[in-house]
Amino acid sequence: MRIELQRRPKVSKLFSVLSPLMALVLTLIAGVIMFGLMGIDPIKAMDVYFVEPLTDIWSLHELAVKAAPLILIGVGLSICYRSNNWNIGAEGQFTIGAITGSILPVLYPNWHSWAILPLMMVMGAVGGALYAAIPALLKARFNTNEILTSLMLVYIAGLFLDWLVRGPWRDPKGYNFPVTTSFQPEAVLPEIISSGRAHWGFVFAIVAAVALWFMMRFMLKGFEVSVLGQSERAGRFAGFSGRRMIWFAMLLSGALAGLAGISEVSGSIGHLQPSISPGYGFTAIIVAFLGRLNPLGIIASGLVLALTYLGGEAAQLSIGISDKVSRVFQGLLLFFVLSCDTLIHYRIRLIFSGRPTTEGKS
Amino acid sequence: MKKLIIALTATAAVLGGFSSGAQAQEKKKVCFIYVGSRTDGGWTQAHELGRQALDKALGDKVETPFLENVPEGPDAERAIERMARSGCSIVFTTSFGFMDATLKVAAKFPDVKFEHATGFKAAPNVATYNSRFYEGRYIAGQIAGKMSKKGLAGYIASFPIPEVVMGINAFELGAKSVNPNFKMKVVWANTWFDPGKEADAAKALIDQGVDILTQHTDTTAPMQVAAERGIYAFGQASDMIAAGPKTQLTAIVDTWGAYYIKRTKALLDGTWKSEQIWDGLKDGILTMAPYTNMPDDVKAMAEETEAKIKSGELHPFTGPINKQDGTPWLKAGEKADDGTLLGMNFYVEGVDDKLPQ
Amino acid sequence: MFEAILLTVITAATPLVVAALGELVTERAGVLNLGVEGMMIMGAVCAFAAAQLTGSPYIGIVAGIAGGALFSLLFGFLTLTLVTNQVATGLALTILGLGLSGQLGEAFVGKPGIKLPQIVFPYLSEIPFFGRVLFSQDLIFYLSIALIIGINWFLFKSRTGLKIRAIGDNHGSAHALGINVIRTRYLAVMFGGACAGLAGAQLSLVYTPQWVENMSAGRGWIALALVVFASWRPWRVLAGGYLFGAVTIGQLHAQAFGIGVPSQFLSALPYAATIVVLIIISHNRRTTLINTPASLGKPFVPDR
Repeated sequence: MRIELQRRPKVSKLFSVLSPLMALVLTLIAGVIMFGLMGIDPIKAMDVYFVEPLTDIWSLHELAVKAAPLILIGVGLSICYRSNNWNIGAEGQFTIGAITGSILPVLYPNWHSWAILPLMMVMGAVGGALYAAIPALLKARFNTNEILTSLMLVYIAGLFLDWLVRGPWRDPKGYNFPVTTSFQPEAVLPEIISSGRAHWGFVFAIVAAVALWFMMRFMLKGFEVSVLGQSERAGRFAGFSGRRMIWFAMLLSGALAGLAGISEVSGSIGHLQPSISPGYGFTAIIVAFLGRLNPLGIIASGLVLALTYLGGEAAQLSIGISDKVSRVFQGLLLFFVLSCDTLIHYRIRLIFSGRPTTEGKS
Repeated sequence: MKKLIIALTATAAVLGGFSSGAQAQEKKKVCFIYVGSRTDGGWTQAHELGRQALDKALGDKVETPFLENVPEGPDAERAIERMARSGCSIVFTTSFGFMDATLKVAAKFPDVKFEHATGFKAAPNVATYNSRFYEGRYIAGQIAGKMSKKGLAGYIASFPIPEVVMGINAFELGAKSVNPNFKMKVVWANTWFDPGKEADAAKALIDQGVDILTQHTDTTAPMQVAAERGIYAFGQASDMIAAGPKTQLTAIVDTWGAYYIKRTKALLDGTWKSEQIWDGLKDGILTMAPYTNMPDDVKAMAEETEAKIKSGELHPFTGPINKQDGTPWLKAGEKADDGTLLGMNFYVEGVDDKLPQ
Repeated sequence: MFEAILLTVITAATPLVVAALGELVTERAGVLNLGVEGMMIMGAVCAFAAAQLTGSPYIGIVAGIAGGALFSLLFGFLTLTLVTNQVATGLALTILGLGLSGQLGEAFVGKPGIKLPQIVFPYLSEIPFFGRVLFSQDLIFYLSIALIIGINWFLFKSRTGLKIRAIGDNHGSAHALGINVIRTRYLAVMFGGACAGLAGAQLSLVYTPQWVENMSAGRGWIALALVVFASWRPWRVLAGGYLFGAVTIGQLHAQAFGIGVPSQFLSALPYAATIVVLIIISHNRRTTLINTPASLGKPFVPDR
């Protein structure tokens, strides 16, 4: 038996809607089997994973907190990937953004002014963009592969942060532990509403997603991104420059990752420390693809992925599912979503015998 | 699709059974937050064993739920708050990086007690606790002083925080108490947990001539390397004798269980209060693994030192002690106060390394 | 001492080289599998478990290879048959691999490992200076050298190798020429998985004979970097892998000598070095373009 794909003449509207639902059902089936085999009540498990976190104001807030950086980074990356620039170093840009954004509160802890917060956000975004400018420069100037350089820069950024908080930026009153002083209240990103922890980072994420969606849909720049992404040569005929696009896409995604970094540090942590991100920059890559590189889709996929983190945690606590099982489950969910999306562009045919026909070419 | 779900529900019910029975009402919840995996073979596993000891001792009175692999970033606050919301009476947060998150949540839940390991910020409902690992390291140093032929030990360090610096100094002081010319080389692996890198660091130190090895990282990789190269080594956090039956001299074993039982009892009988607790060998929060692979006189010396530390007769940081550059730190007979130790950021004389600042 | 350092470097570099070689073949066929870390850790746990259960490290090696290859099949099915995005699928594979290996290995934590024995070539191993380093090693080291020679010949001298490169350069025309693109890519992906699994086996049987979760500690990512660093040439993978190993080990020695540079900067050196060498290599556009598989990461569906 073989599986053959046949490209649909046009994108299937039906499956655009249906595929996430199918993925969900498949995940539920897999989950029920997996948890059933482990002797855990699968219905309860599914309830804890997917329903409970949505029924409580507290966990809705936490969902927004967790999803905000994923969405913010993810939408930036989607523009990058659509334009065929493979920035996979968002984690590093996140870190550098967090550092540059923290310059003011760390070095001027006694500066109490409303101006500090906007400045921090801008500096964070600029820092992230500058860090993304390194692979952009190397790609535009030397044709160096950006996948590799941006990935290498992740490690360097992490070590730089480590050095800063253990060395020059260490809190003098902190018993030499690797943390900076806690930010002054004016430097803490406030909560959106008082009922929970969700801070303005979530608003940034939604605004960025909607703005980029608008750009891709209605503006010439968006057209330029898609054309250059599909074929640089075609783009050149249309008068677009691939090199300028490298700069635009990399700086944009870097800036958003940097903004996510300083938002997280300012809104959720309140100081700098050696570990500020549980791999947001990498998870956001998956989020970007789960959202089919569509900024609005990324809002949804960011929330879903955040839900699996929260659900996994809740499941650990209330039904004793180990963290590893949660990760396996998360991996399965990702696979199902990615597979089901195939149906949007292709028909799937099962062929039970015979040789493939090879007439025609791709 | 609805039919499918109903069918599934039915199957699932048969497969798994509805097993969520009612919980006993009186049991209090004693909760734990782990930074790593329960089975990491190091720091978190030691806390997990402590939790299991607590379960065994007081399992009829308490439940002990936990969350593992909680990263020390923005997720920490959520995990801790989740614990508080789920009805925990007390939450142990077992990593330094949870400090601020613990305090934030504690402010929101004044009726829940919190205990934060290795930190320095407390509140009316937040206690801190730590273990005087340096007592064990002093004993290890003394043994090294006797067992090393060259008088040169290698120390695989993780990160230059006071805890680790204190350990290096205690080891050096212990060694110098029996061999005044004892020297030490330090390699910073910049990780708590990377078996490959720890093994590389061990090899580098051995290639540079050290003939005894000690580590402040979590895996047994350095012990394995020492065993291969035929030199002695000390275990860290747990008894690593299985990785080096002919290699391990002793190990500094974290036995948090003693502490968890003590504090849970205090909680149950209502005597719990916020304290900054720094327990040592005498309280059983750390223990020395059996002294093996050494002559009887060295063993006797180690046991005597252990007894003296337990009785309070010996404090490892007792003057005269000079700093690395030779300037005096403690006068003869003077003992280091806990505050200085907890913020230690300098080496004592004899450590052959430049402390990363 | 020089000899000892060299031995340490080789042990540190071998898993990187082996995993990178596998990925190199995968990428030469035009498939970008970012799941190396996940396949490597699966190989490590399978190898350790099999060695424990049977008592033979050689069965462990076989299990590691099989584990990696089978796990990569999952990636193959998604990206080749269902044409999902390769970058996202690879990352998801890593998430799954880290979770699954932790779960599978839970029973083996803390068990003393079985070390793969050295195979000593008589006479050759007595050559001064390099004898012991080159001829008194374990099987996986010899395999890594054999793989380089083999892959170099295979890719550039054999018919199948030519097919693979043709597919990687332009899967459309390769298909038109009657090459079975999908099947060849499946094999290439599985070869990559097998090599990553072998690299994992080296971790849990040679480098540090034990099992702990996440013991690959990011080495799969470095292997990925090496492939690009080597601009898809097998011998350069060897050079790059050893350079990387040498810098890593060198910084530890520098510390033990007491050179007072912040260790974070020393730890960052290998990554910075990779970027610098990469710039030097890619400065010459023509050589980069010749070696880069042009259809890398692009989906392929034969029209019917």
